[in-house]
Amino acid sequence: MLQIENLTKIYRGGKVAVEQLNLEIQQGEFIAFIGTSGSGKTTALRMINRMVEPSSGKMLLNGKDITKMNAVTLRRSIGYVIQQIGLMPHMTIRDNITLVPHLLKWSKEKKDETARRLIELVNLPPSYLDFYPSQLSGGQQQRIGVLRALAANQDIILMDEPFGALDPITRDTLQDLIKDIQLRLNKTIIFVTHDMDEAIKLADRIAIMHEGKLIQFDTPDNILANPANDFVKEFIGSHRLIQQKPNVKTVDEVMIKPISITIEKSIDEAIRLMVEKRVDTLFVTDGDNRLQGYLDVEGFTGARRTSKSISEVYETDVFYVKTGSKLQDSVRRILKRNLKNIPVVDEEHRLVGLVTRANIVDIVYDTIWGDEEPTAATREVAAGSAVIEELSLQ
Amino acid sequence: MKDMTQMSTTEQFFFYMQENSLYVFSQFFDHFLISIYGVLLAALVGIPLGILVSKYGKLSTVVMTIANIIQTIPALALMAIIMLVLGLGKTTVIATVFLYSLLPVIKNTYVGITNINKSVTDAGRGMGMTKAQVLYMVELPLSLSVIITGIRIALVVAIGITAIGAFIGAGGLGDIIIRGTNATDGTAIILAGALPTALMAILADIILGIIERRLDPVKRNQKKSIQTV
Repeated sequence: MLQIENLTKIYRGGKVAVEQLNLEIQQGEFIAFIGTSGSGKTTALRMINRMVEPSSGKMLLNGKDITKMNAVTLRRSIGYVIQQIGLMPHMTIRDNITLVPHLLKWSKEKKDETARRLIELVNLPPSYLDFYPSQLSGGQQQRIGVLRALAANQDIILMDEPFGALDPITRDTLQDLIKDIQLRLNKTIIFVTHDMDEAIKLADRIAIMHEGKLIQFDTPDNILANPANDFVKEFIGSHRLIQQKPNVKTVDEVMIKPISITIEKSIDEAIRLMVEKRVDTLFVTDGDNRLQGYLDVEGFTGARRTSKSISEVYETDVFYVKTGSKLQDSVRRILKRNLKNIPVVDEEHRLVGLVTRANIVDIVYDTIWGDEEPTAATREVAAGSAVIEELSLQ
Repeated sequence: MKDMTQMSTTEQFFFYMQENSLYVFSQFFDHFLISIYGVLLAALVGIPLGILVSKYGKLSTVVMTIANIIQTIPALALMAIIMLVLGLGKTTVIATVFLYSLLPVIKNTYVGITNINKSVTDAGRGMGMTKAQVLYMVELPLSLSVIITGIRIALVVAIGITAIGAFIGAGGLGDIIIRGTNATDGTAIILAGALPTALMAILADIILGIIERRLDPVKRNQKKSIQTV
């Protein structure tokens, strides 16, 4: 989709910011440019939408040469998110989101519709559309900053350290959100960061830059497994290299069969199923086995008298992971959100498995006793203790 | 006819105002128009110049120095110099007011635009705004209140300068003041010219101050937020 050939930027005075950069980026990829400050990563990014004019080299976007396009037209077709957020303080959130559609002269109805649809994407209420940026927190403002880059259906989005100025918890939420949006809308994102954890978490491929040159361009796993040179090794940090080794498992290898119930059943049936299977959480699915939410025993002890069916009492706000995600990430999620377990869904949102806190025990076992597989018996014990823990919560 | 010498200054003042209300009012109006014309002309020239200066940093020192030099010349002297070219009358006073108003207008336009957070204009450009769009969609709305402050300062100064303009036959409230200084025991007449001048300056300051706050994007938002809550 985007090919970069021999891209070079030499500033006036002879300072070489980017030297002979060659990259090829596919549609739907999440690319992270990473490096120390002064490595040329931001300059490289800003050359893609010509905020910085390249000195030489070629960039082809879907076969068209970027350097020969009109810079204004080009920028309207590329999303751009900056660290300082840069929302227009004198415009409402609605006008900020639909800034590019406004420049493209969309009709008012289409703009309003876009704003309403997008604000739900980042879990903010539609009433915020009439607010001004100064009334929002930093994290909320950057959500709007991201939406502004999506509003005109840009396929490719450039992000220049978008979460650098946010506190760690907000940053983490926004990282999850952006990854989710990227997968859901199949956007190509090019992301500049100096935070290796962020790059490993989000990127499909990482481009490590140093002094204007591209040192290594590969998937996070390959970079962690085979750092190209000592600089990369040092940059990644020794703790990550060790951490990476034992856990290249995916959730598919360890997930257990979840206990689920379809949405139209009654509460009595749900309780009977819980007692029978000795669990405190049921996952609610529709007729097609698509995950709709969950039913927690704590949630309906009081509601039982007043409501009859599951559809009235189940929780729709459920965290899930996709099949094929890394086990380590899922476990991290369980711990961070203080969840008891996390369901696994496939591409069609069908419930296929469940990762529980028992898997944390497995990982602890792995890191203590190394690579040897836990025997079936130990795993049973681990799973058993998790059930006990869940029961004790009741 | 009353005996003027028997009245106190206050009584004389009110008597003068009553007898000459139409005259005072027409001079007030003339005075106001001269000041406004001068300031408007300065805004027409000064705002574009300020924008230009904010875009080309090298120009700023040249333009600012010239405007500063004009500001240091005493008003009466500047008026006398211009009089040599334009002759007696209103035109000369308007030209003087214009020159005096240039500095506050240019300076405030320059400051207003250069003080805008760079990330906002950068984002605007990155979203695909043309240079003209960045100017009228981002830079001007955000610096408008600062520009109005410049005009407000200019107008208050202009009202003072116009009072001096009476010396070269431009009319206005200065005329009444000069009349008072020439008359024996003319305190009341001086006041009849001076008080409306002061009143005009204060009113101009207050009204433009209100407009300025209305146009300030940050303060305006706070007001709206109270309404929404």
